Amino acid sequence: MLCIIDFGMGNLRSINRKLRSVGISSEISSDTKVISSADMLILPGVGNFAKAMYNLNDLGLIELLNQKVIIERIPILGICLGMQLFTEYSEEGNCEGFGWVKGRTQKFSFESDNKNRVPHVGWNKVKTFDKSILMDGFDKDKRFYFTHSYHVVGDDPAAKFLKTDYGYEFDSVVEKDNLFAVQFHPEKSHFGGLKIISNFVNFHET
Amino acid sequence: MRPRIIPTLLLRDTYLVKGINFLEHKYVGDPINAVRIFSKMEVDELFFLDIDATNKGCITSLEFIKDIADECFMPFAVGGGIEDIYQVEDILKCGAEKVVINTSAYNNTDFISEASAVFGSQAIVVSVDVNFDGEKYNIHTNSGKVKRNRDLQLYIEEIEVKGAGEILLNSIHHDGLMNGFDTKLINNVSNLVNIPVIASGGCWKIQHIEEALNSTNIHSVSAASMFVFKGSRDGVLINYPSKRDLDILFERLS
Repeated sequence: MLCIIDFGMGNLRSINRKLRSVGISSEISSDTKVISSADMLILPGVGNFAKAMYNLNDLGLIELLNQKVIIERIPILGICLGMQLFTEYSEEGNCEGFGWVKGRTQKFSFESDNKNRVPHVGWNKVKTFDKSILMDGFDKDKRFYFTHSYHVVGDDPAAKFLKTDYGYEFDSVVEKDNLFAVQFHPEKSHFGGLKIISNFVNFHET
Repeated sequence: MRPRIIPTLLLRDTYLVKGINFLEHKYVGDPINAVRIFSKMEVDELFFLDIDATNKGCITSLEFIKDIADECFMPFAVGGGIEDIYQVEDILKCGAEKVVINTSAYNNTDFISEASAVFGSQAIVVSVDVNFDGEKYNIHTNSGKVKRNRDLQLYIEEIEVKGAGEILLNSIHHDGLMNGFDTKLINNVSNLVNIPVIASGGCWKIQHIEEALNSTNIHSVSAASMFVFKGSRDGVLINYPSKRDLDILFERLS
């Protein structure tokens, strides 16, 4: 069962409905029993990093997720803030994350002559994704919807990072063993964007 | 990154309408059907603004927002009548990415900081309606009905300081006239802030978009008439530039 973890950050109903339209059934839950029995997880989320970790802790999900992801090694897909939570630390709220992927999350920061605005909002590309599991089958010109002010700076030799250019290159996709994450919103990147989630589900099934 | 081109759909109850200078609204169709068509056309984003909500003291029906969310395969924002963070939460829970606040932001800018602290600035769009009276730019609220007296520049700067994610800038005096954007207003506002500014008001054809993106430093534009009428205000037809037309536009702009 694919479980979308509900920790009070963002609209999960929309992911659940969109998945149904490509034949993937999922359950939205914050219940430790339901999450314990899941064999695939999606960690979504929009909003504040520190608040997200606070909510996860409050729901008693930190230990459980560590157990599921690190010990049981079940596949997990982080989306947007969910990706950032995989890292060791975020500047947003000066807060520790799960640390499943070595690296940190920091705010976009540009030289004063740079015209890029923050947040990074809009449709952008992912660079060179050969051999990526999530990006399999996508056209290299495919654009995805991004909306974020903070981004991941990965520092993990065991992980594969893909980049997106916004003023400079930042890590927009990460794949490491059973861990997958994207900074953009596949569930909001037109019908075709849902293929990211199909690829994730197919990885589990093969 | 490519500029965003965003259809704005105006709601009156659960009907789509479009006016001129914020008046003379004409029925242009069923919103859910429009969303289906825009989804197929792979538009960048959609804005839904309920033009009666503030003056009626309510927000758009949540069931209706859920219906939109089910059909919308791209991000969308909902605005109209939002006054507190519980309403923001309700709307985001229905599946909208963002809320658009206007009158309540003007009346109390702390509402912007409160909302962006809880939901993140990316979820909070502050909309500013501006009218040119022949001498100066004035801010209006309540769907354009009420002229206010705060200084535009100071207000725009305050919106950014309070943590808005984007500004939706509408020029009432260009609205529905299909003569192009007020690029002077856009520049005045856009140069004050470092958050994205979405310009709206007067866009009718792709050349207007090109003009605005060429002569200002904004990255996004919004339009209503252009995407719901074809040929004239008599011909209602949901439309959006083709991928090819957009490729040509962005090629010329780069």
